[in-house]
Amino acid sequence: MSATTSGPGTTSGRGTTSGRGTTSGGRPTTRRWNAPLLVGAVMVAAVVLIGLVSLVWTPHDPLVTDPLHRLQGPSPAHWLGTDGLGRDAASMLIAGTRVPLLVGLVAVLISLVLGVPFGIAAAMTRQGGAGLWLMRWNDVVQAFPALLLAMVLAAVRGPSTWTAMVALGIGAAPGFVRVTRAGTLQVLSREYALAARAAGRGPLYTAVRHVLPNVRSMLIVQASVGFALAVLAEAALSYLGLGTPPPTPSWGRMLQDAQAFLYVQPLLIVWPGVAIAWTVLGFNLLGDGLRDRLDPRLEAAA
Amino acid sequence: MLLTVLRRLGVFALTALVASVVVFVLLAVLPGDPARAQLGLDATPDQVAALRHQLGLDRSLPAQYVHWLGQLATGSLGISYSTRAPVGPEVLNAMQVSLLLVLAGMVVAALIALPTGLLAAVRQGRADGAALSAATQVGISVPSFLAGLLLVTVFAVRLHWLPSGGWVAPVDGVGGFLRHLVLPALALGLVRGAILSRYLRSALLDVQREDFMRTARAKGMTRWQALRRHGLRNALVPVVTVTGVELAGLLVGAVVIETVFVIPGLGSLLLRSVANRDLVEVQAVVMVVVLLVLALNLLVDLVYVLVDPRLRRAR
Repeated sequence: MSATTSGPGTTSGRGTTSGRGTTSGGRPTTRRWNAPLLVGAVMVAAVVLIGLVSLVWTPHDPLVTDPLHRLQGPSPAHWLGTDGLGRDAASMLIAGTRVPLLVGLVAVLISLVLGVPFGIAAAMTRQGGAGLWLMRWNDVVQAFPALLLAMVLAAVRGPSTWTAMVALGIGAAPGFVRVTRAGTLQVLSREYALAARAAGRGPLYTAVRHVLPNVRSMLIVQASVGFALAVLAEAALSYLGLGTPPPTPSWGRMLQDAQAFLYVQPLLIVWPGVAIAWTVLGFNLLGDGLRDRLDPRLEAAA
Repeated sequence: MLLTVLRRLGVFALTALVASVVVFVLLAVLPGDPARAQLGLDATPDQVAALRHQLGLDRSLPAQYVHWLGQLATGSLGISYSTRAPVGPEVLNAMQVSLLLVLAGMVVAALIALPTGLLAAVRQGRADGAALSAATQVGISVPSFLAGLLLVTVFAVRLHWLPSGGWVAPVDGVGGFLRHLVLPALALGLVRGAILSRYLRSALLDVQREDFMRTARAKGMTRWQALRRHGLRNALVPVVTVTGVELAGLLVGAVVIETVFVIPGLGSLLLRSVANRDLVEVQAVVMVVVLLVLALNLLVDLVYVLVDPRLRRAR
């Protein structure tokens, strides 16, 4: 429990030095773009773009069933074929972009709102011992896997997009607490933080003026990784039938539906599968790339 | 050493106790009355009150909590709303299944992570090392249940090599048990293996920069020899820590995988009790999963102390 891991999918960053070079003078520089960052940004942008397009246009209405033309293979009329109810798979896939993006966004925002003040407080009250208790509490919350929380909340309040977002946001918050705390401890040991204290500035001033700007880049990286994890978890929840209820299309439930037709039309698994993996990979790469690009100091904190 | 172990045990017990309060509060302070939900709309107030009394719902919340804690301690874990029987035995059975699955998944993950992580670190900067690193990056982006569905499509539907789902307990035949275990264990282990592989790679790359590695090379060891003799052991220390997080991840992954392969573990039990709105069962399963997560973390903490001599002194 003493580990300061920011979640699966992250490397310590020290191994991936592709983004940092050294100029002839030996001064470390940071290249503006590195390969993971570029690829990740393009992949994420594509998903966001498709999500936006889906608001105004899909090839067919993703909710219209057509039992006469069910389980068809790809054709000019139905690019990716049709599902077990004759719905157009391409349209469902495109419309299904919205739920994971929305859940990811709100879940990450919830994690940030809960985790950042908590992490800063834990770091600032370390001397008094209160910080230790805050971290113990964080360990308790961390013992509740996000997916488990989401299942409990779904059991209590009934499955909905809302329960998924809240549960995944709370479940991921401990990671944000750890990252924020580690970063804050670093900032607090710097001269400017000490100077602020010596000048009689209160802890709130230091937190807003010095800590937040300095931990921002770490949080951006964590948010990107958290987004990837939320998309994964949302897919699992939808697959289990505990996410956004039908008929709203979502990739996870497309997989659940497709499982019944494995023997007839296995392609129906491939499309949503690729969509999930693509989105998660995009955010993971974006996180890795941002880590190299934004924050050479992250190494010391992590 | 002993003091460190005792301290960790104490923290574990305290965390578990607080977690039990959280589980209880999460599910006890709910809108709605389980007694009324069970009896339906036609029930008279007297009937509802009688059932409330029978279920212990008319007592104060602290009293209910203490009662539930007693049920946890005795292993009955409460009386199910739907079957009216203690949920303990059922949860215990399901837990055995899930733990077997997690164990098998962990073995697969380790078998994947060790060679690929080593190779990716040794061949870093070359084409094959980069390809391996990219492959693990893709690997961690595939949810385990999707890996499971794809494995079923190929090995069960197309090739008919293995069953597409179901479960045979080891006591009912080892052959059938293994045949049913292979695909779910692979589905679980592939993804976790990719994550572990990345951690191992970056830990090894860190170790390679250490002074003692340079000394080993200077003494005439090849890169491989130095890695085997000095590097791997040192790199494993952070990897062991990550394994704790990974085991918890495997447990949650197993919950979903069980649905793909129709395996009667904790995940299937939880889903069923959620569908039945059987909150006593939900409470029991959630508590058991949380206890398992904490126990796995404790175990890793203790292993960590064993692996790293520096931690043996109590801090």
